[in-house]
Amino acid sequence: MGTTLFRKVWDLHEVVPGGPAGPAILYIDLHLVHEVTSAQAFDGLRLAGRTVRRPDRTLATADHNVPTIHRERGIEDELSRLQVEALERNANEFGIPVFSLSSPRQGIVHVIGPELGFTQPGMTIVCGDSHTSTHGAFGALAFGIGTSEVEHVLATQTLPQAMPRTMRITFEGDLPRGVVAKDLILGAIGQMGVAGAQGHVVEYAGPAIRGLTMEGRMTVCNMSIEGGARAGMVAPDDTTFEYVEGRMAAPADFAAAVDRWRDLPSDPDAEFDREMLVDVPSLAPQVTWGTTPGMVAPITGRVPTPEQYDDPTDQEAVRRALEYMGLRGGEAMEDIAIDTVFLGSCTNGRIEDLRAAAEVVRGHSVKDGLRAMVVPGSMAVKAQAEEEGLDIVFSEAGFEWRDAGCSMCLGMNPDILQPGERSASTSNRNFEGRQGKGGRTHLVSPAMAAAAAITGHLVDVRTFDAALAGA
Amino acid sequence: MEPITIVTSTVAPMDRADVDTDQIIPKQFLKRIERSGFGEFLFFDWREEDFYLLDRPEYAGARILVAGRNFGCGSSREHAPWALQDHGFDVVIAPSFADIFRTNCTKIGMLPVILPDDDVRAIIGAALDQPGIGMTVDLGESVVVLPDGRSVEFHIEDAVRDRLLNGWDDIGLTLLQSEEIDAYENSREREGPVTTTLL
Repeated sequence: MGTTLFRKVWDLHEVVPGGPAGPAILYIDLHLVHEVTSAQAFDGLRLAGRTVRRPDRTLATADHNVPTIHRERGIEDELSRLQVEALERNANEFGIPVFSLSSPRQGIVHVIGPELGFTQPGMTIVCGDSHTSTHGAFGALAFGIGTSEVEHVLATQTLPQAMPRTMRITFEGDLPRGVVAKDLILGAIGQMGVAGAQGHVVEYAGPAIRGLTMEGRMTVCNMSIEGGARAGMVAPDDTTFEYVEGRMAAPADFAAAVDRWRDLPSDPDAEFDREMLVDVPSLAPQVTWGTTPGMVAPITGRVPTPEQYDDPTDQEAVRRALEYMGLRGGEAMEDIAIDTVFLGSCTNGRIEDLRAAAEVVRGHSVKDGLRAMVVPGSMAVKAQAEEEGLDIVFSEAGFEWRDAGCSMCLGMNPDILQPGERSASTSNRNFEGRQGKGGRTHLVSPAMAAAAAITGHLVDVRTFDAALAGA
Repeated sequence: MEPITIVTSTVAPMDRADVDTDQIIPKQFLKRIERSGFGEFLFFDWREEDFYLLDRPEYAGARILVAGRNFGCGSSREHAPWALQDHGFDVVIAPSFADIFRTNCTKIGMLPVILPDDDVRAIIGAALDQPGIGMTVDLGESVVVLPDGRSVEFHIEDAVRDRLLNGWDDIGLTLLQSEEIDAYENSREREGPVTTTLL
């Protein structure tokens, strides 16, 4: 029997094999650090008299707490400022490079790793953040960890890990017009549920995945955790190698690296513990209507009612979600009016996402009274977009053009929804209060978010132009 | 961390599925750089909701929480188990847990117990119908004694159980294998990007 991509990467990093007596000890090639989940880990090191074993395999950035306007004023929220200062202090004390507020390389941790070339095929990558699965798009084994594990990796450059199970999600058929990476992953989560991949490392496969750019693959892998997966991976191929080549941290002997990376994809006869198929041609653009990413429907559909579900637990969850979202159930998705649009996050804050949204926005204006903001995933993405003139497209249409950070994806900085406000958001979580207490979030792709900003309601990006003309 | 062996206590119910870590500890409390003191912010945004029962006097002092499936989903924030532990919980029982949350619990000396759906429903039912009712969780025997007196075994990996029973420091355990880590780095470590070239 052949070997899966996951198992190949795992085997290359086993310091001590696992067995009935205990977990394996896995070597970690790259440890990404941000301000929110690291301060207590550094304190733990100091308390125990330990140090950082491999600062040369560790990289820190401030992202969750940073303001996205008026950076020259620094961070006005005192607790946020203290947390970012603690990150800078800790990084300096232990010799770890850190990108803070004033760095042109600052950005969301899962955006800067790939764009600087630090994320490469076959690596093990961890970070105290659940969306670390993003880096799996390169054929790396990348997963989120808690602060105790952050401390563990700082001290030992390893993690004890029980062997996860494997699952393959195959996207069959070609992408229909107007359906993009975000719709693939939302559709898959809708199909399997938010715990559907619990305990598994997922490999995404099929022609629709092969046809995606690296940005698209990152969007898919990013939301693996929203389906409960431990990690998500895509087999590296020429698309991957072309993306990595020439980036700052790319291997010096690139040809030799590519030779190694070509061995990584799952063997044709590799077996997975579970298989799932997604029928791509039947997918329409996806929108969430509830308070988990699994509560999702095609834009052409309607909000469900509790009675449509058999399981009493599901019925109760749907009832509560509708109440929180201010929906009755049965509404056409396109009839849901919104007052805020957020374009950004580690899911959809890359240059390709901004291009796709700008394409929709060009020649239109944001609906009167609606607040729309673009928060690039990194300062490098911001600079690239400005070079292409995208900032002008957004600004002229009425979008706010911000600096890089996590921003309204989780609202740890001042960018939040007010109670009752409703957003179309390109982020990854529509949990209660995620974007601000009482805020209501509908997750969509960048193009869908842009179209919603123009019409003022959720709308099918494939037909919104005609709808506008007819209005 | 503190060892866990046998916990006998009132059981407090959280009768909801897919409780995410954003609810357990909302983002505005993640700015603190201390490890303690999160308990008072536990479920902060749910405190005024009718379904939120944990503040009722009948459940005061409960060390066992029982909840619906997929408990602790979402963000990897360890602040969630910190808040539960600081509030007084040593054990969380549910039909399933999100992977990262479950791992985070075991790293700080809190015990996640997975039981079949029907048994969890029975515990939630008892806790709702007879507020203040107690039960026992025996980690050494991997057994839960339900409020109705039935004993149910649960599965937990041997290594995790031993670590929780003894309160062992996980980093200390790994450092016992420092020679193996040295050997890996000397002979098998893969070429990779060097971050310190940025300094």
